[in-house]
Amino acid sequence: MIAALLRRDLAQFFPFTASGAALPVIFFIAVAMLYPFAVGPDAGLLARTGGGVLWIAALLAAVLPLDKLVARDIALGVFDQLRLRGVSEEAMMAVRLLAHWLSFGPPLMLATFPAAALLKLEGPAFDLLILGLAAGTPGLAAIGLIIAALTASLRAGAALSGLLLIPLALPILIFGAGALARQDAASLGFVGAISLLLVALAPFAAGAAIRAVREG
Amino acid sequence: MQASRDHAPLLAAEGLACRRGARLLFRGLSFRLEGGAACHVTGANGAGKTTLLRTLAGLASPFAGSVTRAGAAGLLAERSGLDPELPLARALAFWFALDRVEDAGAIMARLRLAALAEVPVRYLSTGQHKRAALARLLGQRAPIWLLDEPLSGLDAASRALVSELVQAHCQGGGIALIASHQPLDVPGMTSFAIEDFAPAPQEEQA
Repeated sequence: MIAALLRRDLAQFFPFTASGAALPVIFFIAVAMLYPFAVGPDAGLLARTGGGVLWIAALLAAVLPLDKLVARDIALGVFDQLRLRGVSEEAMMAVRLLAHWLSFGPPLMLATFPAAALLKLEGPAFDLLILGLAAGTPGLAAIGLIIAALTASLRAGAALSGLLLIPLALPILIFGAGALARQDAASLGFVGAISLLLVALAPFAAGAAIRAVREG
Repeated sequence: MQASRDHAPLLAAEGLACRRGARLLFRGLSFRLEGGAACHVTGANGAGKTTLLRTLAGLASPFAGSVTRAGAAGLLAERSGLDPELPLARALAFWFALDRVEDAGAIMARLRLAALAEVPVRYLSTGQHKRAALARLLGQRAPIWLLDEPLSGLDAASRALVSELVQAHCQGGGIALIASHQPLDVPGMTSFAIEDFAPAPQEEQA
Protein backbone atom coordinates (compact mmCIF):
# COMPACT_ATOMS: atom_id res chain seq x y z
CA MET A 1 0.00 0.00 0.00
CA ILE A 2 2.78 2.41 1.02
CA ALA A 3 4.88 1.41 -1.99
CA ALA A 4 1.96 2.13 -4.35
CA LEU A 5 1.49 5.51 -2.68
CA LEU A 6 5.17 6.39 -3.05
CA ARG A 7 5.10 5.35 -6.71
CA ARG A 8 2.14 7.65 -7.36
CA ASP A 9 3.70 10.56 -5.49
CA LEU A 10 7.01 10.19 -7.30
CA ALA A 11 5.28 9.92 -10.67
CA GLN A 12 3.62 13.20 -9.82
CA PHE A 13 6.57 15.19 -8.46
CA PHE A 14 9.76 13.65 -9.81
CA PRO A 15 9.51 14.01 -13.63
CA PHE A 16 11.50 16.91 -15.03
CA THR A 17 8.44 18.93 -16.02
CA ALA A 18 7.06 22.32 -15.03
CA SER A 19 4.85 20.69 -12.40
CA GLY A 20 7.65 18.39 -11.24
CA ALA A 21 11.32 18.87 -10.46
CA ALA A 22 12.20 21.23 -13.32
CA LEU A 23 11.06 24.54 -11.92
CA PRO A 24 13.22 24.62 -8.72
CA VAL A 25 16.30 23.41 -10.61
CA ILE A 26 15.93 25.96 -13.40
CA PHE A 27 15.33 28.72 -10.86
CA PHE A 28 18.44 27.68 -8.89
CA ILE A 29 20.69 27.67 -11.95
CA ALA A 30 19.18 30.92 -13.21
CA VAL A 31 20.20 32.67 -9.98
CA ALA A 32 23.76 31.33 -10.35
CA MET A 33 23.84 32.58 -13.94
CA LEU A 34 22.48 36.04 -13.15
CA TYR A 35 24.55 36.78 -10.05
CA PRO A 36 27.91 37.27 -11.87
CA PHE A 37 26.17 39.64 -14.31
CA ALA A 38 24.85 41.65 -11.38
CA VAL A 39 28.08 41.99 -9.33
CA GLY A 40 30.71 41.70 -12.04
CA PRO A 41 33.26 39.01 -12.90
CA ASP A 42 35.47 39.46 -9.81
CA ALA A 43 36.37 35.82 -9.03
CA GLY A 44 37.31 36.58 -5.43
CA LEU A 45 34.01 38.32 -4.69
CA LEU A 46 32.02 35.58 -6.42
CA ALA A 47 33.79 32.84 -4.47
CA ARG A 48 33.30 34.72 -1.18
CA THR A 49 29.58 35.47 -1.61
CA GLY A 50 28.46 32.80 -4.12
CA GLY A 51 27.78 30.13 -1.51
CA GLY A 52 25.40 32.38 0.40
CA VAL A 53 23.59 33.31 -2.80
CA LEU A 54 23.13 29.65 -3.69
CA TRP A 55 21.72 28.99 -0.21
CA ILE A 56 19.17 31.76 -0.73
CA ALA A 57 18.39 30.36 -4.18
CA ALA A 58 17.83 26.89 -2.69
CA LEU A 59 15.56 28.30 -0.01
CA LEU A 60 13.43 30.24 -2.50
CA ALA A 61 13.41 27.30 -4.92
CA ALA A 62 11.85 25.26 -2.13
CA VAL A 63 8.78 27.52 -2.29
CA LEU A 64 8.07 26.78 -5.95
CA PRO A 65 6.58 23.25 -5.71
CA LEU A 66 4.39 24.02 -2.69
CA ASP A 67 1.14 25.01 -4.42
CA LYS A 68 0.56 21.54 -5.87
CA LEU A 69 2.02 19.56 -2.98
CA VAL A 70 -1.16 19.01 -0.93
CA ALA A 71 -4.04 21.16 -2.20
CA ARG A 72 -4.40 19.26 -5.48
CA ASP A 73 -5.03 15.88 -3.85
CA ILE A 74 -7.53 17.39 -1.41
CA ALA A 75 -9.46 18.83 -4.35
CA LEU A 76 -9.31 15.50 -6.18
CA GLY A 77 -10.58 13.58 -3.16
CA VAL A 78 -7.51 11.34 -3.10
CA PHE A 79 -6.91 11.71 0.64
CA ASP A 80 -10.60 10.88 1.34
CA GLN A 81 -10.38 7.67 -0.65
CA LEU A 82 -7.10 6.69 1.02
CA ARG A 83 -8.65 7.32 4.44
CA LEU A 84 -11.52 4.97 3.56
CA ARG A 85 -8.89 2.32 2.89
CA GLY A 86 -7.45 2.76 6.36
CA VAL A 87 -4.36 4.83 5.48
CA SER A 88 -3.65 7.38 8.21
CA GLU A 89 -3.02 11.02 7.35
CA GLU A 90 0.39 10.74 8.98
CA ALA A 91 1.40 7.89 6.66
CA MET A 92 0.14 9.83 3.61
CA MET A 93 2.20 12.85 4.64
CA ALA A 94 5.32 10.83 5.50
CA VAL A 95 5.25 9.30 2.02
CA ARG A 96 4.66 12.70 0.47
CA LEU A 97 7.59 14.18 2.41
CA LEU A 98 9.90 11.51 1.04
CA ALA A 99 8.63 12.00 -2.53
CA HIS A 100 8.84 15.79 -2.22
CA TRP A 101 12.42 15.70 -0.94
CA LEU A 102 13.53 13.16 -3.58
CA SER A 103 12.13 15.36 -6.32
CA PHE A 104 13.74 18.55 -5.07
CA GLY A 105 16.75 17.82 -2.81
CA PRO A 106 18.93 15.56 -4.97
CA PRO A 107 18.14 17.45 -8.24
CA LEU A 108 19.16 20.69 -6.52
CA MET A 109 22.39 19.10 -5.30
CA LEU A 110 23.16 17.95 -8.85
CA ALA A 111 22.44 21.48 -10.08
CA THR A 112 24.95 22.74 -7.53
CA PHE A 113 27.81 21.42 -9.70
CA PRO A 114 27.18 23.76 -12.66
CA ALA A 115 25.99 26.54 -10.33
CA ALA A 116 29.17 26.39 -8.23
CA ALA A 117 31.29 26.45 -11.38
CA LEU A 118 29.54 29.63 -12.51
CA LEU A 119 30.34 31.26 -9.16
CA LYS A 120 33.93 30.02 -8.95
CA LEU A 121 33.22 28.01 -5.80
CA GLU A 122 35.92 25.37 -5.45
CA GLY A 123 37.63 23.14 -2.93
CA PRO A 124 36.47 23.23 0.70
CA ALA A 125 33.83 25.92 0.07
CA PHE A 126 32.15 23.70 -2.52
CA ASP A 127 32.29 20.69 -0.18
CA LEU A 128 30.69 22.70 2.62
CA LEU A 129 27.98 23.92 0.25
CA ILE A 130 27.01 20.51 -1.08
CA LEU A 131 27.17 18.88 2.36
CA GLY A 132 25.11 21.73 3.76
CA LEU A 133 22.47 21.30 1.08
CA ALA A 134 22.40 17.55 1.72
CA ALA A 135 21.76 18.26 5.40
CA GLY A 136 19.42 21.21 4.88
CA THR A 137 17.11 20.25 2.01
CA PRO A 138 15.21 17.58 4.02
CA GLY A 139 14.42 20.30 6.54
CA LEU A 140 13.32 22.69 3.79
CA ALA A 141 11.13 19.93 2.33
CA ALA A 142 9.58 19.29 5.76
CA ILE A 143 8.81 22.98 6.35
CA GLY A 144 7.36 23.16 2.85
CA LEU A 145 5.08 20.18 3.43
CA ILE A 146 3.78 21.54 6.75
CA ILE A 147 3.05 24.93 5.19
CA ALA A 148 1.47 23.41 2.09
CA ALA A 149 -0.86 21.34 4.30
CA LEU A 150 -1.71 24.27 6.56
CA THR A 151 -2.54 26.60 3.67
CA ALA A 152 -4.22 23.98 1.45
CA SER A 153 -7.74 25.15 2.19
CA LEU A 154 -6.98 28.87 1.78
CA ARG A 155 -7.72 30.60 -1.48
CA ALA A 156 -4.43 32.53 -1.50
CA GLY A 157 -2.56 29.56 -0.03
CA ALA A 158 0.17 29.46 -2.66
CA ALA A 159 1.13 33.10 -2.19
CA LEU A 160 0.98 32.80 1.57
CA SER A 161 3.14 29.68 1.71
CA GLY A 162 6.10 31.55 0.23
CA LEU A 163 5.91 34.18 2.92
CA LEU A 164 5.55 31.58 5.68
CA LEU A 165 8.46 29.43 4.60
CA ILE A 166 11.06 32.19 4.71
CA PRO A 167 11.09 32.91 8.48
CA LEU A 168 10.80 29.21 9.36
CA ALA A 169 13.76 28.34 7.14
CA LEU A 170 15.95 31.01 8.74
CA PRO A 171 17.77 28.68 11.19
CA ILE A 172 18.75 26.34 8.36
CA LEU A 173 20.05 29.29 6.35
CA ILE A 174 21.99 30.78 9.28
CA PHE A 175 23.83 27.58 10.09
CA GLY A 176 24.12 26.34 6.51
CA ALA A 177 25.43 29.56 4.96
CA GLY A 178 27.28 30.35 8.20
CA ALA A 179 29.34 27.19 7.77
CA LEU A 180 30.56 28.62 4.46
CA ALA A 181 31.39 32.04 5.86
CA ARG A 182 33.37 30.62 8.77
CA GLN A 183 34.72 27.59 6.87
CA ASP A 184 33.45 25.55 9.79
CA ALA A 185 31.92 22.13 9.17
CA ALA A 186 30.62 21.88 12.75
CA SER A 187 27.64 24.16 12.01
CA LEU A 188 26.48 21.61 9.48
CA GLY A 189 25.75 19.37 12.46
CA PHE A 190 23.20 21.96 13.56
CA VAL A 191 21.68 22.01 10.07
CA GLY A 192 21.36 18.24 10.19
CA ALA A 193 19.83 18.32 13.66
CA ILE A 194 17.25 20.96 12.68
CA SER A 195 16.41 18.96 9.56
CA LEU A 196 15.96 15.74 11.53
CA LEU A 197 13.65 17.44 13.99
CA LEU A 198 11.57 18.97 11.19
CA VAL A 199 11.40 15.69 9.28
CA ALA A 200 10.19 13.91 12.42
CA LEU A 201 7.55 16.58 13.09
CA ALA A 202 6.28 17.17 9.55
CA PRO A 203 4.10 14.05 9.01
CA PHE A 204 2.24 14.72 12.26
CA ALA A 205 1.81 18.46 11.74
CA ALA A 206 0.82 18.10 8.08
CA GLY A 207 -1.37 15.08 8.87
CA ALA A 208 -3.26 17.02 11.53
CA ALA A 209 -3.70 19.90 9.08
CA ILE A 210 -5.27 17.81 6.32
CA ARG A 211 -7.43 15.97 8.86
CA ALA A 212 -8.78 19.34 9.98
CA VAL A 213 -9.56 20.24 6.35
CA ARG A 214 -11.35 16.92 5.85
CA GLU A 215 -13.53 17.27 8.91
CA GLY A 216 -14.18 20.99 8.42
CA MET B 1 -19.21 -10.00 -1.83
CA GLN B 2 -16.06 -11.34 -0.30
CA ALA B 3 -15.83 -8.96 2.63
CA SER B 4 -19.42 -9.44 3.78
CA ARG B 5 -19.15 -13.21 4.06
CA ASP B 6 -16.93 -13.05 7.14
CA HIS B 7 -18.81 -10.39 9.10
CA ALA B 8 -22.30 -9.21 8.41
CA PRO B 9 -22.05 -5.55 7.45
CA LEU B 10 -23.98 -3.02 9.46
CA LEU B 11 -24.57 0.69 9.10
CA ALA B 12 -26.52 2.46 11.81
CA ALA B 13 -26.97 5.99 13.08
CA GLU B 14 -28.32 6.93 16.48
CA GLY B 15 -29.60 10.45 17.14
CA LEU B 16 -27.22 11.79 14.51
CA ALA B 17 -26.84 15.55 14.10
CA CYS B 18 -24.49 17.24 11.67
CA ARG B 19 -23.65 20.80 10.91
CA ARG B 20 -21.74 22.70 8.30
CA GLY B 21 -20.01 25.77 9.65
CA ALA B 22 -22.35 27.15 12.31
CA ARG B 23 -25.51 25.88 10.63
CA LEU B 24 -27.24 22.76 11.95
CA LEU B 25 -28.27 20.66 8.93
CA PHE B 26 -30.28 17.90 10.58
CA ARG B 27 -30.66 16.30 13.98
CA GLY B 28 -32.22 13.25 15.60
CA LEU B 29 -31.50 11.05 12.58
CA SER B 30 -31.60 7.35 13.43
CA PHE B 31 -31.63 4.35 11.14
CA ARG B 32 -30.24 0.86 10.93
CA LEU B 33 -29.27 -0.94 7.72
CA GLU B 34 -28.14 -4.54 7.68
CA GLY B 35 -26.67 -6.66 4.93
CA GLY B 36 -28.77 -6.64 1.77
CA ALA B 37 -30.53 -3.36 2.53
CA ALA B 38 -30.72 -0.44 0.14
CA CYS B 39 -31.86 2.97 1.29
CA HIS B 40 -32.58 6.10 -0.72
CA VAL B 41 -31.99 9.48 0.94
CA THR B 42 -33.77 12.43 -0.61
CA GLY B 43 -33.40 16.10 0.14
CA ALA B 44 -33.04 19.48 -1.51
CA ASN B 45 -29.63 20.93 -2.39
CA GLY B 46 -27.83 21.94 0.76
CA ALA B 47 -30.06 19.84 3.01
CA GLY B 48 -27.03 17.87 4.18
CA LYS B 49 -26.98 14.70 2.08
CA THR B 50 -23.28 14.97 1.26
CA THR B 51 -22.42 15.79 4.87
CA LEU B 52 -24.47 12.80 6.03
CA LEU B 53 -22.61 10.47 3.68
CA ARG B 54 -19.21 11.83 4.69
CA THR B 55 -20.13 11.45 8.36
CA LEU B 56 -21.30 7.86 7.82
CA ALA B 57 -18.05 7.13 5.98
CA GLY B 58 -16.09 8.41 8.96
CA LEU B 59 -14.59 11.32 7.03
CA ALA B 60 -16.32 13.92 9.19
CA SER B 61 -17.24 13.87 12.86
CA PRO B 62 -20.91 14.09 13.86
CA PHE B 63 -21.98 17.13 15.87
CA ALA B 64 -24.07 14.85 18.11
CA GLY B 65 -25.11 11.22 18.12
CA SER B 66 -23.16 8.25 16.88
CA VAL B 67 -22.49 6.16 13.79
CA THR B 68 -22.01 2.41 13.99
CA ARG B 69 -20.35 0.85 10.99
CA ALA B 70 -19.22 -2.74 10.60
CA GLY B 71 -17.39 -3.25 7.32
CA ALA B 72 -15.42 -0.99 5.03
CA ALA B 73 -17.20 1.93 3.39
CA GLY B 74 -16.87 2.83 -0.27
CA LEU B 75 -17.77 6.42 -1.12
CA LEU B 76 -18.82 7.59 -4.55
CA ALA B 77 -18.75 11.37 -4.47
CA GLU B 78 -18.18 14.31 -6.75
CA ARG B 79 -14.45 14.06 -6.11
CA SER B 80 -13.50 10.80 -7.74
CA GLY B 81 -9.87 10.57 -6.63
CA LEU B 82 -8.79 9.94 -10.25
CA ASP B 83 -5.78 11.89 -11.54
CA PRO B 84 -7.05 14.19 -14.30
CA GLU B 85 -3.76 14.17 -16.21
CA LEU B 86 -3.44 10.39 -16.50
CA PRO B 87 -5.08 8.11 -19.05
CA LEU B 88 -8.13 6.48 -17.47
CA ALA B 89 -6.60 2.99 -17.30
CA ARG B 90 -3.56 4.28 -15.37
CA ALA B 91 -5.63 6.52 -13.08
CA LEU B 92 -7.77 3.50 -12.17
CA ALA B 93 -4.72 1.22 -11.97
CA PHE B 94 -3.49 3.13 -8.90
CA TRP B 95 -6.70 2.37 -6.97
CA PHE B 96 -6.93 -1.15 -8.38
CA ALA B 97 -3.38 -1.79 -7.10
CA LEU B 98 -4.32 -0.53 -3.63
CA ASP B 99 -7.46 -2.67 -3.62
CA ARG B 100 -5.64 -5.69 -5.10
CA VAL B 101 -8.03 -5.97 -8.02
CA GLU B 102 -7.24 -8.81 -10.40
CA ASP B 103 -10.10 -8.50 -12.87
CA ALA B 104 -9.58 -4.86 -13.86
CA GLY B 105 -10.48 -5.63 -17.47
CA ALA B 106 -13.82 -7.16 -16.49
CA ILE B 107 -14.72 -4.15 -14.33
CA MET B 108 -13.79 -1.72 -17.11
CA ALA B 109 -15.86 -3.74 -19.60
CA ARG B 110 -18.86 -3.90 -17.28
CA LEU B 111 -18.90 -0.10 -17.04
CA ARG B 112 -18.29 0.28 -20.79
CA LEU B 113 -14.95 1.99 -20.18
CA ALA B 114 -12.71 -0.29 -22.24
CA ALA B 115 -12.71 2.06 -25.24
CA LEU B 116 -11.76 5.00 -23.02
CA ALA B 117 -8.72 3.38 -21.41
CA GLU B 118 -6.20 5.67 -23.13
CA VAL B 119 -8.20 8.90 -22.75
CA PRO B 120 -6.90 11.30 -20.06
CA VAL B 121 -9.41 11.60 -17.24
CA ARG B 122 -9.85 15.36 -17.72
CA TYR B 123 -11.21 14.77 -21.25
CA LEU B 124 -13.96 12.45 -20.01
CA SER B 125 -17.54 13.72 -20.00
CA THR B 126 -19.41 14.00 -16.70
CA GLY B 127 -21.13 10.67 -17.28
CA GLN B 128 -17.96 8.89 -18.34
CA HIS B 129 -16.15 10.25 -15.29
CA LYS B 130 -18.95 8.98 -13.08
CA ARG B 131 -18.72 5.53 -14.64
CA ALA B 132 -14.97 5.60 -14.01
CA ALA B 133 -15.62 6.43 -10.34
CA LEU B 134 -18.07 3.51 -10.22
CA ALA B 135 -15.32 1.25 -11.55
CA ARG B 136 -13.09 2.41 -8.69
CA LEU B 137 -15.93 1.66 -6.26
CA LEU B 138 -16.47 -1.84 -7.67
CA GLY B 139 -12.76 -2.55 -7.40
CA GLN B 140 -12.79 -1.59 -3.73
CA ARG B 141 -15.25 -4.44 -2.92
CA ALA B 142 -16.44 -2.56 0.17
CA PRO B 143 -19.56 -4.08 1.79
CA ILE B 144 -21.04 -0.64 2.48
CA TRP B 145 -21.70 1.67 -0.45
CA LEU B 146 -22.33 5.35 0.13
CA LEU B 147 -23.36 6.88 -3.18
CA ASP B 148 -23.64 10.64 -3.50
CA GLU B 149 -25.73 11.54 -6.57
CA PRO B 150 -24.70 8.45 -8.52
CA LEU B 151 -27.16 9.22 -11.33
CA SER B 152 -26.35 12.85 -12.09
CA GLY B 153 -24.96 13.29 -15.58
CA LEU B 154 -25.72 9.73 -16.63
CA ASP B 155 -27.71 8.67 -19.69
CA ALA B 156 -30.64 6.22 -19.47
CA ALA B 157 -28.50 3.15 -20.17
CA SER B 158 -25.98 4.11 -17.49
CA ARG B 159 -28.74 4.86 -14.97
CA ALA B 160 -30.11 1.37 -15.54
CA LEU B 161 -26.60 0.02 -15.06
CA VAL B 162 -26.28 1.80 -11.68
CA SER B 163 -29.58 0.27 -10.56
CA GLU B 164 -28.30 -3.13 -11.65
CA LEU B 165 -25.01 -2.69 -9.80
CA VAL B 166 -26.79 -1.61 -6.61
CA GLN B 167 -29.14 -4.59 -6.87
CA ALA B 168 -26.29 -7.01 -7.39
CA HIS B 169 -24.39 -5.43 -4.50
CA CYS B 170 -27.33 -5.81 -2.12
CA GLN B 171 -28.15 -9.32 -3.29
CA GLY B 172 -24.56 -10.18 -2.45
CA GLY B 173 -25.18 -9.08 1.13
CA GLY B 174 -23.93 -5.52 0.82
CA ILE B 175 -25.51 -2.30 2.08
CA ALA B 176 -26.20 0.69 -0.16
CA LEU B 177 -27.16 4.17 0.98
CA ILE B 178 -27.93 6.39 -1.97
CA ALA B 179 -28.38 10.14 -1.84
CA SER B 180 -30.06 11.23 -5.04
CA HIS B 181 -32.65 13.55 -6.54
CA GLN B 182 -33.55 10.99 -9.14
CA PRO B 183 -35.59 7.85 -8.53
CA LEU B 184 -33.71 4.57 -8.54
CA ASP B 185 -35.22 1.30 -9.62
CA VAL B 186 -34.11 -1.08 -6.87
CA PRO B 187 -36.69 -3.50 -5.48
CA GLY B 188 -37.18 -3.43 -1.73
CA MET B 189 -35.39 -0.12 -1.31
CA THR B 190 -36.47 1.97 1.69
CA SER B 191 -36.21 5.73 1.69
CA PHE B 192 -36.29 8.76 3.92
CA ALA B 193 -36.20 12.49 3.37
CA ILE B 194 -33.46 14.34 5.19
CA GLU B 195 -35.77 17.36 5.55
CA ASP B 196 -37.84 15.36 8.05
CA PHE B 197 -34.92 15.79 10.43
CA ALA B 198 -34.29 19.45 9.72
CA PRO B 199 -34.10 21.54 12.88
CA ALA B 200 -36.87 23.98 13.74
CA PRO B 201 -35.94 27.54 12.71
CA GLN B 202 -35.02 28.65 16.24
CA GLU B 203 -32.66 25.67 16.65
CA GLU B 204 -30.66 26.37 13.53
CA GLN B 205 -27.91 28.45 15.10
CA ALA B 206 -26.23 25.66 17.03
